[in-house]
Amino acid sequence: MTTVNDTALNKAAPDQSDARSHRTGSGTASAVRLDGVSVRFRTKRKDVTALSDVSLDVARGEFVAIVGPSGCGKSTLLKLVAGLLAPSAGAAVLGGEPVRGPRRDIGYVFQRAALLDWRSARRNILLQAEMRGLPAAAARARADELIRMTGLDGFEDAYPHELSGGMQQRVALCRALLHEPPVLLMDEPFGALDALTREHLNVELNRIWRETGTTVLLVTHSIPEAVYLADRVVVMSPRPGTVTEVIDVGLPRERAYAATLASAEFRGATGRIRELLGAAGAHD
Amino acid sequence: MSQRVLSRTAPKETAGVAERTRPGPRRRALDAAEKTWRPLALLLVCFGAWWVIAAAGWVESYLLPTPGATLDVILDKPGYLWEHGWVTTYETLLGFLIAVGVGILCAVVMVYSTTVEKTLYPILLFAQVVPKIAIAPLFVVWLGFGIGPKVLIAVLIAFFPVVISMVTGLKAVDPEMLQLSATMGARPWQTFLKIRFPASLPHLFSGLKVAVTLAVTGAVVGEFVGANEGLGYVILQANGNLDTPMLFAGLLVMSLIGVVLFVLVEIAEKLLLPWHASRRDTAATLTL
Repeated sequence: MTTVNDTALNKAAPDQSDARSHRTGSGTASAVRLDGVSVRFRTKRKDVTALSDVSLDVARGEFVAIVGPSGCGKSTLLKLVAGLLAPSAGAAVLGGEPVRGPRRDIGYVFQRAALLDWRSARRNILLQAEMRGLPAAAARARADELIRMTGLDGFEDAYPHELSGGMQQRVALCRALLHEPPVLLMDEPFGALDALTREHLNVELNRIWRETGTTVLLVTHSIPEAVYLADRVVVMSPRPGTVTEVIDVGLPRERAYAATLASAEFRGATGRIRELLGAAGAHD
Repeated sequence: MSQRVLSRTAPKETAGVAERTRPGPRRRALDAAEKTWRPLALLLVCFGAWWVIAAAGWVESYLLPTPGATLDVILDKPGYLWEHGWVTTYETLLGFLIAVGVGILCAVVMVYSTTVEKTLYPILLFAQVVPKIAIAPLFVVWLGFGIGPKVLIAVLIAFFPVVISMVTGLKAVDPEMLQLSATMGARPWQTFLKIRFPASLPHLFSGLKVAVTLAVTGAVVGEFVGANEGLGYVILQANGNLDTPMLFAGLLVMSLIGVVLFVLVEIAEKLLLPWHASRRDTAATLTL
């Protein structure tokens, strides 16, 4: 794909090759596909092109991060996949089926936790099951499992206003994972958190992703976050948003935080992304 | 390795936050006393001033009775005031409840249908501008001297704040919450019952508090125009007989009804929305 990454790959440890073969091996079974998608908004004064001819193929189980300057249509891209927004041209395909309206086979996490104030953490998570009419007992068991997995034990009965931003976002993540969605869409989920909490949650998200095997599409402003978490990073240009380059991170999926940040692959990828975003005239 | 350590320490970050939960009963009693003593003191000062002015004879006693004389009337004829007070309370409550029911229904329909909103909203605004007190005599002509016109005026006066607050509440729902609901495959009624309606309740209750006090005014105005029972009638009668102690007693009982109804709405709010009440303790000072 890029020179930077190919050289990084050659020097890499042996166990990362399985991350690669996993992806190429799944071949046609793509979880998410965008075919030449464009989105135009009509405002009072002018037409705005948010996305222009974006194509992307995400394999099952893959973690793809999307970075780009503000207003490049990153969030729009996720909404297209979820069917919350219709493209002006092109098509989105999710799980082999074209997206024609709001899709249920996804989990969605926003920048703000968007929790219901009147429900405890557990009941916020179970909202997903109630809306879908899932069997209550199984849903409760699954919720307890996720609560343990995300380190929310002891906070199940706390209300959102009693929880910190990081804890609230964990609840939102549990809610998004309750129905074991094949695809998880995350729109700057950690953008409002302090740096330390963000690191904790990055580490946890990496572990949860490996444990659940779900496909993840993550929109973020943070280059280190994108590179630490993703198999591939999609770099986008400012409005109208297009894909500038897709970067193969080339790190094994199990990633110790400090060691990963110090690795040559990590520095190579972050460097390249900075270069691309800098060239686009953005300093986000 | 480092990953394990990091995730272990993660929950700590919230410990401080979760600890600032509800204070103990003793602390709460102190808080309540702290909030009430100032307005209570001012009220006592006002009563004191009233008593001094009336007792010193600066104003003729048929114009301003002493607080003692007023209290005497209340204690002298408790049955009379109770009976008429109950009539007013009954009219007020009936008017208030009808206004709440119809108001919520209108608000829901307006929020879900832009056509209805565009049709109804300007008319509602216009109807609000028409002074309903001025139409009161007409209602007596139409509906007679019974309870009808009083309830109707109470409904019309209380209706507006209910509709406005409910529409605001239903529209204030987090748009991301609605999108989330769509990805959950929720039916519209599910989204309404589990997200929109509960989210609108804090707004609704602020409207209900205004509405319930206005409903008392509506009922009394109805009684002024034509009635043979209720506190409005009592006050008019007392006024005609220059029986100012009775007039003041009627006023006092009327205010008491307003305060009690207001407090009842607040209690209902606290019981129904504990999650909301605990978040705004500053607004609670306005209660008294």
